[in-house]
Order: sequence, then C-alpha cells, then structure tokens
Amino acid sequence: MPEKFDVIVVGAGPAGTSCGYQCAKNGLKVLQIERGEYPGAKNVMGGVLYKQQLEEIIPEFWKEAPIERPIVEQRMWLMDEESAITFGYKGQAWANEASYNNFTILRAKFDQWFAGKAQEQGVTLINETVVEECLVEDGKVIGVRTDRPEGEVLADVVVLADGVNSLLAKQLGFHHDIEPAQVALTVMEVLKLPSETINERFNLEDGQGCTIEMFGDATKGHLGTAFLYTNKDSLNIGVGATLSSIVKVKMKPYELLEYVKNHPMVKPLIQGAEEAEYLAHLIPEGGYHAIPKLVGDGVIVAGDAAQLVNGIHREGSNMAMKSGSYAAEAILLAKQTGRFTEDVLDIYREKVYESFIGQDLKKYKDATETLETHPQYLKEYIPMMNRAAREFFTVDGASKREKQKGIFNMFMERGKIRTVQDMYRAWKVMK
Amino acid sequence: MHIVVCVKQVPDTKVIKINPKTNTLDRRGVPSILNPYDTHAVQEAVHLKQQYGGKVSVLSMGPPQATAVIKKSIEIGADEGYLISDRAFAGADTLATSYALTKALEKISKTSPIDMVFCGKHAIDGDTGQVGPGIAKRLDIPPITNISAITKVTKDYVELQRKLQDGYAYIRSTLPCLITIEKEINEIEYASFPNMLKAVHFQPVVWSVDHLENVDRKQLGLKGSPTVVGKMFAPPKQEGGHRLEGTPEEQVKQLVEVLKDKQDLFHVNKS
Repeated sequence: MPEKFDVIVVGAGPAGTSCGYQCAKNGLKVLQIERGEYPGAKNVMGGVLYKQQLEEIIPEFWKEAPIERPIVEQRMWLMDEESAITFGYKGQAWANEASYNNFTILRAKFDQWFAGKAQEQGVTLINETVVEECLVEDGKVIGVRTDRPEGEVLADVVVLADGVNSLLAKQLGFHHDIEPAQVALTVMEVLKLPSETINERFNLEDGQGCTIEMFGDATKGHLGTAFLYTNKDSLNIGVGATLSSIVKVKMKPYELLEYVKNHPMVKPLIQGAEEAEYLAHLIPEGGYHAIPKLVGDGVIVAGDAAQLVNGIHREGSNMAMKSGSYAAEAILLAKQTGRFTEDVLDIYREKVYESFIGQDLKKYKDATETLETHPQYLKEYIPMMNRAAREFFTVDGASKREKQKGIFNMFMERGKIRTVQDMYRAWKVMK
Repeated sequence: MHIVVCVKQVPDTKVIKINPKTNTLDRRGVPSILNPYDTHAVQEAVHLKQQYGGKVSVLSMGPPQATAVIKKSIEIGADEGYLISDRAFAGADTLATSYALTKALEKISKTSPIDMVFCGKHAIDGDTGQVGPGIAKRLDIPPITNISAITKVTKDYVELQRKLQDGYAYIRSTLPCLITIEKEINEIEYASFPNMLKAVHFQPVVWSVDHLENVDRKQLGLKGSPTVVGKMFAPPKQEGGHRLEGTPEEQVKQLVEVLKDKQDLFHVNKS
C-alpha cells in the first residue's frame, strides 16, 4: 500500500516551495518531489527576486537568504547596432532595508535555501525523482506515480508546480501543447568579476546592485530582451526571445548571446570577466491567454506550470510564490471542509485572477502578440529613436527647429497614418 | 544473515583539484559523496538480503555530516545505520580507523551477531585499501579482498570470485569473514520510492568513544596513527604519444599506417 500524504507538491521551485512551506507550517503532511539533484539544480531565471511576496512568507528573509545584491538602480536600454537610448531609475530608498524592492539572486543557491526552510517546517523533500503521471480515479487526482520502483504515492491534493512545460498538466488535459510564440528560450551566462570592479563599472556602492534591460538590437529587432544583472562578484548576462522569433532571426540562442556580449554598449562592462556557468531555460510568455485550467478535483496548478509570468515587467518568481501561497490557502480551507474537490479548491483560481497576478496579466494580455505580429516597434522605431537622439544632440550648425523637423519627417517616413496607428496600438496594449 | 557494510564519506575526486603550491587537496566547494566502492558493497549486501533474508547494517566513522552517506545507504536498501563520531577519532590513519571500527563492530555484534563484514576495495581519497584487512585481523576473521562476485552463501560458508592481476580465483571461505568489494560486482540500482522516503527521516545510531567498550584511547585518532606523510606531489603528466593531424580521411590513413607499423604490439595474427 503506497504511503499517503495530505499534499504532494511536484517541483521545488518558488511556487512549489512556497506552497509546501505554508501547508507544512499549518500542520499538513507534505511531500515535495524534485527531479533535479537538489532544488535549483535545474532552475533558471535572469536573477531578479522581488521582496514583497517572499516577505509575506518569511519576514526579513534577506537577513539569511543567499541574496546577491539589493537593487538600487534599474536601467532600460533601447538599443541600435552601435548605440542606445538609455533611461532608468536609481534611488537610495531601495538601498534601505525597510524599503528594499528587489534583489539579484542565483537560483541554484536560493532555491536550495528556500526548500531548506520548507523542510524546517516539516516538508519531506525527495530529490532526483521524476513524477511521470498523476494517478486519477473517477476523475479525481489521488496521487502520483514516480519513475522509481514502487513509485506510487497518494495524497488528498497534488500541486503541479513542475515548471513551464508541465507535462502533468498536459496529461490531465489542462493545457495544450505550448505554441512557439508563447514561450521564450533564455540563455544566460554567469560571468565572474571582482566585486570592486563591478562597483566601479556600474557606479555602485558596496552591496548595492543594478539591473539593465535591453530592447531592440539585443535581439536583432525580434521579440525578446537581453539583460545584465549585478551579483556580488559576478554578472548574469542573458538573452531571451520567443521560439517563433528565434526561428525568424536565424541565429542560434548562444550566437545571439555572443552578439549581445560583443555589443559596444555591453562589451566594456563585462571585459575580462570569466565565464563560470552557462544556463538555458524556457520562460512562459503567453500571458493571460495561455493560463491553463488551474484547478481540478484533487489538483492545483501553480507558478510557471500555470504560465504565470509577466514578460513585460520581467516578473515571474514573485507570481510563482504568490500562486503557491494561494494554493496553500485553498488547500487549508479544503482540509477544514474535508473535501478536496474542484468547487472547494476553486477559491485558488479566484484569488489568482483577482490579485495583481490576474490583473497584470490581463492588462498586457495582447502585448506579446502585438509585438510579435508588428515587429516595427523593436525593429524600426528603436533604431529611429536612436538616430533621432543622435541627430538632436549633434551640434553641426543646423538650427534646433530644423533638427526637430528632420526628426519629425523621419518618423513620418512610414506614412502618417501608419505611424499614428502604430502609436495608438502601442498605447492600447500597454494601457 | 547479518551483513555490516563499512562506509566512508569522501570528497568527490572527479571534481577535486590539487593546489599546485602546497600539493594538498583543495576541497573548497567539492561535494562529499559515499565512496563509490562502498556504494557497490551496500548494493551487494542488499542483493544478498533479498536472496537469502536477514538484514544489512551500515557503519561509518566521521563527523556528524557523515550521516549523509548512511542515509544514502538506506536509500539503496540498508536497514540500520551506525555512526561513530567523536573528536577522539579525528586524524586517524588506517591503523587507528580499523581499531575504532572494530570496537564498533564488536558492540553491534553483541546484540546482533555478524555473519559478514563488507568494505569497499578502497576509498577513492586515500586509495590504501588497508582498513578492511585491518578490521579482519583485529576481529580474527579471514580477509578476502578484491571480490568481483559472490556466487553462493550458506550458513557456514561463502563462495566468491576474487579478481587477480590476470584472471580470477574462486574461493570458499568460512563465516564470519570480511570481504572487500570491486565495482564490477554489480550495477547500482535506482532506489525505490519507499526507501527514498525512509532515508529522508532516517537517523543513525550515533556513538561517541564513551559508548564503545574496552577502548584503549591511545590507539585512537592522531595519537594512534603511526603513519607519517613524508611528501606530497602531483604525478607527472604523461608524456610521449603522437597526435594525428589533418582531415578525418588523412588521419585514418595515418592511423592505419601506425597500426601496420606497430602490429607486433597488438598480437595480430599475420596469417
């Protein structure tokens, strides 16, 4: 007879661990199953962890969690081949503990720590084990079957936090195969660089960090972004683009990363750094439209498996943790009623959709598709803006009025109506 | 049948580096693992248990972190685990280690008599292979080293295949005896899910020196270790060899020439 738990959590990323932590803290018997050698071994993100959602679970976590640097500056680059329009925000508020906003982290370290905290709450963690399928009886999920001998194990409720390509959610028919336009392939490197050099190059105080997001030429004008984040004594540099864009750009992801690393805006910042790690992962980019069925009898889908990523604001791990928290709330409620059916667990779906997760994803529900089907934003307008800025700031005897006129005409090259349409469309998907 | 397997936690030598200045091991960031030969020893003991019944205990000496290798053994299918852990054991060479392990084995056998003691052929960090025979000598049982198969076990004897330089010896030994295990004896199996679950919460019996009986403290740890490391050096890089250059076709041509030229080395039958 297989052993039975209250909850089985599949996956030890932010969503699964957040859910497991809070279920165990409230006295439930939780089993968490991770396929990697340890939590984080197979997990990848650019590296920005937001404070709020984790602080709700573990107050003042940054005092002991393996964070790299609190971020005090966020820069945005709209890049052309040799230039960039740069803007951003830097503020000392984000340098104060009381008002930290986010941190850079390295997932291999962080996920291990977070899962360790969940184990302290009583979660039983099994690594190096793949969950092959959900056990279903009369339409209700009653447990899972792992790839190990005597691999079946039962639970009142199974939480699928098994990541972007959730084979288990697919097995249950909760979502279809992911479209190439709904998922980004991100490749990144960790580059070793002495802490002092990072501080100098990025104009940072010791123990403060900075992020740079790059649009435009970083992905050769196709839909995607590149990023450069500061860790303690390393940099995370990466580039991600939707699979459909990668097909169009005709460059292999690592070639794209090499291209970014050699861009004149980037090269001096990473000069002399030593490549320490190379990582690649799929990131859900389908947004609101790609969210699968979230709840069934005895089952909840959370985190990347539920496609809860806001690509425009590079938020994902915070949504994963929050969805894990909502899943735990729903499970605890179900435990009280003694029923783990879809109608009881449905409170999870409601909370996800009513919270900032659902609201934000709804706000940008058409953004990815619009950028994908209208490549002119990244491919034409960003280079145009770069030319315009260069033109405007170059002193060459032409009057400022002449320059403004030239720039205006440049933007109207596409035709007045088309340009106005483009601007209206952009406003509509971002509003 | 009761088999006790002596296991050791070792640095994973696949990722270890030698500090070129001091010629000592640079253990920073190197993961600790169950000595691979010991892994095969535990697996073999579990196989025998499945075949003949009985139980498998594992015994380790080390700091509290060594609990990890006992948990690993539980995953493979061991039933009980013992860890002897005490500052007094620290700095032990093979002589002092075999003494401490023997004292623990004596204590285990008081409540549950031991039929066989298994050890890995050697540990991958020290490569000495002395602790197993040392224990056998102290327990006054036959040491049978480099075993690549255990073919038969009865109440009174065991039949084994012993790996030699250029062949195998087939041996019968009385019980109890001590056996050191070669890797080729078995394949490590994928641990069952119930064993994985059992290992998560498993805690070994931990003994300090005070728990052991009739111990001569002078024979423990650094004090009981006559071994002196005179000098350490990294082995010289292999020299010689000839690298073939050119296109794959050219390389194959050259390789065939080399093989023809050196065929005497390969015992080629010229007829």
